[in-house]
Amino acid sequence: MAVPTIVRERTPQLIVLAVILALNAVISPGFFSIEIQNDRLYGSLIDVLNRGAPVTLLAIGMTLVIATKGIDLSVGAVMAIVGAVAASLITSGYSLPATLAGALFVGLVCGLWNGALVALLDIQPIIATLILMVAGRGIAQLITEGVILTFNDKPELIFVGSGSFLSLPMPVIIWIVIAILAILVVRRSALGLLIEAIGINRRASTLSGVNSRVILLAVYAVSGLCAAVAGVIAAADIKGADANNAGLWLEMDAILAVVIGGTSLLGGRFSLVGSLMGAMIIQSLNTGILLAGFPPEFNLIIKAAIILIILIVQSPASQTAMANFRANRQTVAVKTESREHAAR
Amino acid sequence: MRTLNLLAATAFATALSVSSAFALTVGFSQIGSESGWRAAETSVTKLEAQKRGIDLKFADAQQKQENQIKAVRSFIAQGVDAILIAPVVATGWDAVLKEAKEANIPVILLDRQIDAPEDLYLTAVTSDQVHEGKVAGEWLVKTVGDKPCNIVELQGTTGSSPAINRKKGFEEAIAGHDNLKIIRSQTGDFTRTKGKEVAESFLKAENGGKNICALYAHNDDMAVGAIQAIKEAGLQPGKDILVVSIDAVPDIFQAFIAGEANATVELTPNMAGPAFDALDAYLKDKKEPAKWIQTESKLYTPADDPQKVYDEKKGLGY
Repeated sequence: MAVPTIVRERTPQLIVLAVILALNAVISPGFFSIEIQNDRLYGSLIDVLNRGAPVTLLAIGMTLVIATKGIDLSVGAVMAIVGAVAASLITSGYSLPATLAGALFVGLVCGLWNGALVALLDIQPIIATLILMVAGRGIAQLITEGVILTFNDKPELIFVGSGSFLSLPMPVIIWIVIAILAILVVRRSALGLLIEAIGINRRASTLSGVNSRVILLAVYAVSGLCAAVAGVIAAADIKGADANNAGLWLEMDAILAVVIGGTSLLGGRFSLVGSLMGAMIIQSLNTGILLAGFPPEFNLIIKAAIILIILIVQSPASQTAMANFRANRQTVAVKTESREHAAR
Repeated sequence: MRTLNLLAATAFATALSVSSAFALTVGFSQIGSESGWRAAETSVTKLEAQKRGIDLKFADAQQKQENQIKAVRSFIAQGVDAILIAPVVATGWDAVLKEAKEANIPVILLDRQIDAPEDLYLTAVTSDQVHEGKVAGEWLVKTVGDKPCNIVELQGTTGSSPAINRKKGFEEAIAGHDNLKIIRSQTGDFTRTKGKEVAESFLKAENGGKNICALYAHNDDMAVGAIQAIKEAGLQPGKDILVVSIDAVPDIFQAFIAGEANATVELTPNMAGPAFDALDAYLKDKKEPAKWIQTESKLYTPADDPQKVYDEKKGLGY
């Protein structure tokens, strides 16, 4: 049977996602029902896709960074900065294209800053990006002057967060388009291979002619850009820039999504599709917990417990155990078969 | 521009105090400016001081207790007439408060209580969070009357004292009214984003929101997020689902104007006004105030000229 490689490679993630979605359907019987409300698709499944947008976008950039054996802790803070920039530009009367361009530019600059610290100054990524993680919310606070900067009267920017196109919420369309673009760029060119090479051994790849500085700068810049898009969506969603809370702790969810997706924190082989599925797994979990109606004290415990189970199932030890189990069964099968042959 | 105005106001107040021999000098150690409400508290305190001709010495502690203690010590060294503290934490104040007591400088706590012997401070001016929840609940009880009403609740950050107390007060108010039931209660972390996300799940889980008659949020920001979720579900917030919350920040008054929210309970940023009044009575007539002065938890509804309140509040730095 011809199973596409992508499905075969991502079987664990697919199974986990299916199990969690099935659990959600048990908890909330209407989970899979989708209807049209105000000319847009409406239902819990759409919520998962929509609410998952920020983490999905962050996970795309994070995957590439982690593949180079790096990490980007600043993405949540960059979301806050970019949200603040977008809100202050649109409320100062700039047009939507100018606002979006300004916001993305700021995200790009944040990414390049991280990239420069890592690629040019050789500072360890976890420390290099920690700087912006800590300083970023302060910068965002300065831009918003400590208030939630609202733009209730700017439908064009609000549309990015809560509008819909072809009946799908805008954030869903944005992340799907960016994901497809990212996958095409890294997999239809040698770029993905070069990123993996740097992650496995930066020195060796530099010696064999890979321009590792430029590629490192580029992956952090892409991570900054993805965070910028997520920041604009998060601000547009609530019609305001909340410097204190926008993107708070989302860098952790993004890293988790990448790990659940099967990319190792040690760099090297990566899978964008895996990370997207990781992000969807996390969001299905979040939505499921909210639908379940448990007291809020249990939210984090349940989430941690389920994630622990997922990571145990995916751990190298249990993978080896599974492989051994399968191999044993096959040998048993082969033996029985040969015995049957002999009997004939 | 706002800063300039404040500067001008402070300068003006200083000039006043120099000209009048009876003017008081009061030191104010503020936590910082972590929220819009905090910023409003600072500007209201400055305004109240200016109104009374008090020379206010302001110190921003940037969320650190050691900065607050340093500020209090410097106020004592300067020989101020009184000290206001908005304490960042509840413990660790005994030593510095004793120093103030020895220097005969009365200390008034703003907005939060501390764990210290009561004789170390003059009084504490705070709101009663349980009472805030109760006012919100009583409004809902009165508004729905005998009709059955399913309530969904957006809690504050799990385990935080405003979340615990505002929940408790609301539950006390609706107790004994069997037609009112809290059917779902989940945390929205006091933020708009989480308020919206959690409200979306409430709506999905309760038959597209048709089972829900009212939404109670522990702060206005979560209510603002929930209002958007209700609109996106094709329902009318304020009509199909009643919305009641706490804090009275400017943005909820915009929702009043749009007819999308029904009531809010004010957490007043004016803690300094009652504090200055108590101080005045104490210094002039040697009248010891009670150890706790509770601020008013005023209920606002769209009938209270929301545009006017919005304009007033918007200038306070929320």
